[in-house]
Amino acid sequence: MSRLQAGRRHPVRFSLNGKPCTGEAEPRLLLTDFLRHQIGMTGTHVGCEHGVCGACTVSIDGSPARACLTLAAQVDGCEVRTVESLAPSAGRLGILQAAFKRNHALQCGFCTAGILMSLDCLLRDHPRPDEATIRDFLSGHLCRCTGYAPIIRAALEAAAEMAGDVSRETTHA
Amino acid sequence: MKPAAFDYVRAETLDEALEVLRQEGSDARIIAGGQSLMAMLNMRLARPRTLIDIMRLPELARIDAKGDTIVVGAGVRQAALLAWPELGRSLQLVALALPWTGHAQTRSRGTVCGSIAHADPSAELPLVLQALGGEVHLRSAKRRRRVAAREFFAGMMTTVRAEDELIEAVSFPAAQQRCAFREVARRHGDFAIVAAAAVQTAAGVRLAVGGVADMPVARDFPRLEGSALDEALNAFAYELDARDDVHATARYRRDLVRLIGRDLVREVLP
Repeated sequence: MSRLQAGRRHPVRFSLNGKPCTGEAEPRLLLTDFLRHQIGMTGTHVGCEHGVCGACTVSIDGSPARACLTLAAQVDGCEVRTVESLAPSAGRLGILQAAFKRNHALQCGFCTAGILMSLDCLLRDHPRPDEATIRDFLSGHLCRCTGYAPIIRAALEAAAEMAGDVSRETTHA
Repeated sequence: MKPAAFDYVRAETLDEALEVLRQEGSDARIIAGGQSLMAMLNMRLARPRTLIDIMRLPELARIDAKGDTIVVGAGVRQAALLAWPELGRSLQLVALALPWTGHAQTRSRGTVCGSIAHADPSAELPLVLQALGGEVHLRSAKRRRRVAAREFFAGMMTTVRAEDELIEAVSFPAAQQRCAFREVARRHGDFAIVAAAAVQTAAGVRLAVGGVADMPVARDFPRLEGSALDEALNAFAYELDARDDVHATARYRRDLVRLIGRDLVREVLP
């Protein structure tokens, strides 16, 4: 049994975007704040802080999860992925991100990181989701700009592109 | 919107968790998936001195079929139960209701027992436990006991769990009867304005309703039709003592109980 005392920082080790990550956290530190303030990865956004809006969604051990409802201490030993993992290299966009850009699936962008991570998890498990499945997944997110329709379009387009049966040119035409 | 300070205990055996609970009682809280408790901590509606994490205990992460009973351990996440290959055959009502429990993004971490421990009056899993007549397996350092669902819930987010007890598992009878589930919420996955479940019984139907009273309520009805059914549902709707709140009026909730109730009864008693 280990007891991490309140008010003191304790080591936390986990895999972050495929690389080992170590840091120190008080027991009460949320994963959102650990990622943003200790690691400096500010792609994960902080919205409602009670699990409703979905802006802070990250992938924990391959499943989408609310970073605001997770303590940094709880992910010790886990595999965490954040929106920073989606771009193949600096200055380039991943397939899902590019589809968001093409379809105007974001305006202010506040909710986008969380939605991208949810959809990334969905597409890994279900490479060809139908629209109903995507809508069901998006019910865990709030977007106040887009009205969701372009997000659904982008998700379907990215899924098709990943499955290799639609070229981007065809979609654009 | 940040939790107050607490000690964080990572239990490696169940006995360790029970011993901390015995010593610290109501100052300590069990955390499993944390999908209800973390929100309470962030809003400082709960300020425990110690959190006891039980998710590293493999013996709690089991789904066991024991005869006609399905036992779901305290470490079983909602997503894991939803993905259990036997679910549709053994626990059809749970299979119907679980997709309404939160969102994929919270079911990935939230546990079945955690939702029942939280005892939100509009939550689906407490409702299903009531409808099926399940049991809660409580354990302390000193004793183990099982409490029937109808005795477990004591009021708004209140249960009969003692301060030194944790929920080790919950059990559902593996039902073959016909059943149905329906929910009305502002957004799929939000807390229900009204959620209801119906299960066929020997004499008729059991109807369980959540989101209206302080806790999910189950009621057995004989086989009724036409205006007799409408009157019985109307009486039930009034007995639930609905209240107006920001989401819906009491009258709207009673309407939903009557309408959804009739649909569900007709669905399980064709």
